[in-house]
Amino acid sequence: MNGWTDGGTMTRVEVKTLEYAAGSLLKVGDLSVEEVSAILAETDRIERLDAAEKARILVGRRIALLFYESSTRTRTSFELAAKSLGATTTLVSDKSSSIEKGESLKDTGLTLRALGAECIILRHASSGAPFLLAKSTGLPVLNAGDGMHEHPSQALLDLRTILTRLGLKTKALDAKTLDGVTVVITGDILHSRVARSNAMLLPKLGARVILCGPAALLPEYALGLGPGVEIERDFDKALKQAQVAMMLRIQRERLAGVEIDLAQYIDRYQLHMERLEKDAPDALVMHPGPMIRGLEIAGEVADGPNSAIEEQVRHGLAVRSALLVRALGAGGFESVTV
Amino acid sequence: MSDILILNGRVVDPASGLDAERDVLLRDGRVAAVEAPGGLNGAQAKEKIDAAGMVVAPGLIDVHVHLREPGQTYKESIKTGTAAAAAGGFTSVVAMPNTVPVNDSVAGLEWMLDEARGACVKLFAMPAATFGSNGEEITDFHALHRAGAVGFTDDGKPVLETRVMRTALVAAASVGVPISQHAEDTRLTGGCSMNAGPVAFRLGLRGMTIEAEAKIVERDIRLLREIERYEGLRPHLHVQHVSTAKAMELIRAAKNEGLHVTCEVAPHHFSLTDEAIGDYDTNAKMNPPLRAEADRMAVIAALLDGTVDCIATDHAPHARFEKEQEFERAPNGITGLETALGLALRVLHKGHGMKISRVMELMSANPAGIIAAAERGTLAAGSFADVVIFDPAAEWSFEAKRSRSKSKNTPFDGAAMLGRVAATICEGRVVYRGE
Repeated sequence: MNGWTDGGTMTRVEVKTLEYAAGSLLKVGDLSVEEVSAILAETDRIERLDAAEKARILVGRRIALLFYESSTRTRTSFELAAKSLGATTTLVSDKSSSIEKGESLKDTGLTLRALGAECIILRHASSGAPFLLAKSTGLPVLNAGDGMHEHPSQALLDLRTILTRLGLKTKALDAKTLDGVTVVITGDILHSRVARSNAMLLPKLGARVILCGPAALLPEYALGLGPGVEIERDFDKALKQAQVAMMLRIQRERLAGVEIDLAQYIDRYQLHMERLEKDAPDALVMHPGPMIRGLEIAGEVADGPNSAIEEQVRHGLAVRSALLVRALGAGGFESVTV
Repeated sequence: MSDILILNGRVVDPASGLDAERDVLLRDGRVAAVEAPGGLNGAQAKEKIDAAGMVVAPGLIDVHVHLREPGQTYKESIKTGTAAAAAGGFTSVVAMPNTVPVNDSVAGLEWMLDEARGACVKLFAMPAATFGSNGEEITDFHALHRAGAVGFTDDGKPVLETRVMRTALVAAASVGVPISQHAEDTRLTGGCSMNAGPVAFRLGLRGMTIEAEAKIVERDIRLLREIERYEGLRPHLHVQHVSTAKAMELIRAAKNEGLHVTCEVAPHHFSLTDEAIGDYDTNAKMNPPLRAEADRMAVIAALLDGTVDCIATDHAPHARFEKEQEFERAPNGITGLETALGLALRVLHKGHGMKISRVMELMSANPAGIIAAAERGTLAAGSFADVVIFDPAAEWSFEAKRSRSKSKNTPFDGAAMLGRVAATICEGRVVYRGE
């Protein structure tokens, strides 16, 4: 257990740590660079297979998608990935299940396990929910976004997008693969699980991450995400240093009383063509979606030549295939211990 | 009532200024004599306890426990909660009123304090300061005081309305008991489930700021000052579970000013930081939350310099199914009666050089003073025979599954403790014997 301290020294007491099923992906902090490398290598391998070969990998395996929050990209890509690998999937959402009747997350998980689910993909509005599910079911759990916490598969697909577009795809990744690459993540960092996962994953490979946004959406505490993370509140200054500009939506559903002057926000933080051409004409433009065109990003930037937004979605399908293979222990992950 | 003779122990009784080898004779539920070694050789007793190598101290007193009875006995009962207290060396506990229904009436208080509930240590209670702890209208302090109330509190929530708090402080002053305040400006903490800071940011959880605690402490101190100045009364404010440097500084200043403020600190706040939440361990979730290291160190400094009056556990049992929920949804609180002494000795005594006599003062003499528990918190001849005997050098690991409490919600499962209770005696009865 962390945080237990003895006197003035930070002696930690050995208290049994919780263990989760191998193949789980709950937070990017659990991934070593070698594991990230193995996941992306597996992604490449699966992508090269023809459809028939692919469909044999997880044939007969059962995967449950448990969604307590709405989702387009993540849910569809996980589902299509599972089906293309030959797995059987079932979708349980909070609006059409016993969750509405008050069934707990633990009991919902145990029910899915009893029905034969071998892996659960969870999207949940409450930060940390995947840890609870993984602990109570013992099944591999893939975090498909939990509250304001993390979205690890998104960070992995973003990484693959960056590597591909910047021409950095090498056989094996290491702590220097992204040396010299500055990724500017701009917008509602406070409520963004995508920002957290990227800010904790990309520096592992050598990237510099600059977080940008007003104090109400980007507290100084964000620096605690780890080494390699900086804050620059002036978007133009940040953008001038960017090889990658990742834009985020303002999450109105999580604002909880924070008031944002949208006109001022757009003026200071919107990525529009003029700004892009002035500050970072060669930067890769990314957005995890959903986008609000005309707010954080101008339509012509989203559709322009710098944009990798649709590629992100395609990489999502590929990376999530590899994560499913990893979760079910079916691929080339023998050498990687979790 | 059988007599007990405790021989060869190191008697630590800060109320008597005593820290020396003494033999102690308990008779008819009272301390009959405390004599130099051998001085009681002629005394007859049904039971003799050899306390060589042990500390013999006044039984510990916890001014802040949740026993969950009536209404939530699946979490704890007065019987099981006091059994846990006895195992932790406590001989008196003060039950908080947030039961179901809230303890806000004489009938409710009498029911709670009735022998039939099966308390194995001395049970005190602080009834609600306002009806239903709704923060609107104060309860009948005079009648409740006559029925045994040792203070009033809406614990679990603050008395938020300034006007109501002022009325409560005035009424409590007129009966001579404290208002025990859970200092949290709940207008600032909606939706929050842990301490605000980098850990909360990383975990994606909304955080309670230190200002939320400090604001209420500040307001209450201002009320004390006004009431002293304009009403000629001297109200007693007891601030519960102080967790931040800022609130502690306000209390320190108020004490220097001469106002009647006392405060307590919970063992988890001097032992753990918010890092202990790890991957959303709901057994590290309580209110006030675990704070940052700087706050933990400020709390320890205040324990050492005398600003803090007592250690109180805020023992808050919850059933496993309640804690096995999403972090934000899980209830606040952890058990604490069986780990308080072991943590105090380990962190404060061994880790920070606090004398055992000061630890005992914080856990017996001072809390007795706060609730005006006459003839408790001391081993002076004639006092109640409330005694804890413990081996101050014993190192052991706490095992939640062996707890006497009905609930096992503790972040200290498997944690190292220093000092093990060998026996707890309440009013002359042995209520716990170490294994």
